[in-house]
Amino acid sequence: MIRYIFQRLFGMIVVMFLVVTIVFVIVRVTPGDPAAVMLGPDATSQDIADLRTQLGLDRSLGVQYLYYMGQLLKGDLGQSIFLNMPVTSALLDRAEPTFFLTVFSLLIASVIALPIGIYAAYRRGSIFDQAATALAMLAASIPSFWLGLIMMQVFAVRFDLFPVSGYGGPGSSFADRMYHLVLPAFALGIVSSALVLRFTRASMLDVLGDDYIRTARAKGLIERRVILKHALKNALIPILTVIGLTAAVLVSGAVVTETVFGLPGIGNLVVSAVLRRDYPVIQGALLVIAALYVLINFAIDMLYLLVDPRVRY
Amino acid sequence: MTAIVSKPALSERSKFIRRLLRRKTVAFGLIVLTIFVLLAIFAPLIAPYSPSKLSIINRLKPPGGTFIFGTDEFGRDVFSRTIYSARLSLLVGAAVVTLSAIIGVTLGLVAGFFKQFDAPIARLIDAMMAFPDILLAIALVAALGPSLTTVIIALSIVYAPRLARIVRASTLVIRELPYIEASRALGISTRHIMTRHVLRNLLSPILVQGTFLFASAMLAEAGLSFLGLGVSPEIPTWGTMISAGRQYIGQADWMTLFPGFAIILSVLSLQMVGDGLRDLLDPRLRKDL
Repeated sequence: MIRYIFQRLFGMIVVMFLVVTIVFVIVRVTPGDPAAVMLGPDATSQDIADLRTQLGLDRSLGVQYLYYMGQLLKGDLGQSIFLNMPVTSALLDRAEPTFFLTVFSLLIASVIALPIGIYAAYRRGSIFDQAATALAMLAASIPSFWLGLIMMQVFAVRFDLFPVSGYGGPGSSFADRMYHLVLPAFALGIVSSALVLRFTRASMLDVLGDDYIRTARAKGLIERRVILKHALKNALIPILTVIGLTAAVLVSGAVVTETVFGLPGIGNLVVSAVLRRDYPVIQGALLVIAALYVLINFAIDMLYLLVDPRVRY
Repeated sequence: MTAIVSKPALSERSKFIRRLLRRKTVAFGLIVLTIFVLLAIFAPLIAPYSPSKLSIINRLKPPGGTFIFGTDEFGRDVFSRTIYSARLSLLVGAAVVTLSAIIGVTLGLVAGFFKQFDAPIARLIDAMMAFPDILLAIALVAALGPSLTTVIIALSIVYAPRLARIVRASTLVIRELPYIEASRALGISTRHIMTRHVLRNLLSPILVQGTFLFASAMLAEAGLSFLGLGVSPEIPTWGTMISAGRQYIGQADWMTLFPGFAIILSVLSLQMVGDGLRDLLDPRLRKDL
């Protein structure tokens, strides 16, 4: 098992190295001079030359790459041109809304999807099952930003139940900030629930057909115990994977949802960085989010070892 | 004596199409998709107005009368714009699926067939898939500059690894089958084996995944255009229409609602067709979803 953990750890390091390289390449494929693009048409040639030196663009690609790797190993993601602060600080400043938006959306998606998915599998082929499957397909077809706009219009503007946008003023309480996340989290959670629902149903269906479920019923266990204790426990592994991977999908959704609701999160930071051509910020955000995804995947694999006694490598 | 009249045997393809269409969701999805494609092709004949015709006196007119979907902030007909938008939205989806299939299938086949390339390509696929799709597309668009071509290239790069992963996994299985070994023994060239014997067996999973990628690409394009990072705001796509409608949602919600419905309906249809295809074509993938 320890050998397996080390193998996975090594694989993760290789993937991380590739992720870092891909990010480096993406920023360098910009046609023309990135420094000139960042500073806009009004910049003087001296400004452009200064920025090129500051970003290390005047050096050869190989040297740039080594320097970039060296800085990363020191935990330095570079300096934001427009915010005039380290990218790490910019990301940390905006991590809270993105983190809580992702967590709440995941909770909402799970609360909606798990019971419906379990019951739909239990009542396979029933009207409830068909309706649940159709609803899941519909939810997966709705763009989260569109649902966000509609929900904002109905629940914030028309019924005045929630704040329209933003994250509370400066110095607002934690509760107030979380209150601002209710609508965005529901918009994102509803759309993401589709994936979790489909997998929960499929995973439960796989398990419900197994012999030990028949045995559990035959020995007279009450149905609720058969479903919740025997079936769900075994169906949980693929469900866990999907919930973990949904977290990554949610980050994508968060980028757009934050823009709709004017939340000062990482998604909003990335979008404004793209519009301002603030490459170090785009590079840093991309790297941190991809790294989180790789870590989540690794954590799920490790969780398998704990949750499923059959998994022994 | 009674004459025995036997019906001509149905070809495999006809049987497959019959089985596919027997599923109500697939039939519904295909009908809706066909309508969208026809609307896109014949947009100039169907749309009552030009999508860019300004009419300030008719600005923000609610749905009804001559403007069945209402008008936007410049008095342009929302119905005509929704129909014209189908062109670009479907074009982006189709182009992304084609391009990502070319890249993904090539990578997957090479990785699955040639052991020496497997590890590097497999790790590259893992690394590419570590990026959330919209975020990677945003970064690529930022690097290449926003335009229709960039959006297509960026989304194709984002989705190609998904296809490559599936093709690689299936190729690894097929490579070991006896008929491949037999083909080699007969002296058939590797290229011929790859294209005629392996790729042909992979068409089903590629088709299924392609349908879902089409839907994902349409949603992603709408998201990028909504953020102002996709095609130019003047070009009507469902995403740019929602983005423009956002500012007027309090007084003219139809500007946002109708393009949104168009996205939902087209993506839903693609998913219905994809689900049906998966169930019929690829029993290994079947999960009774």
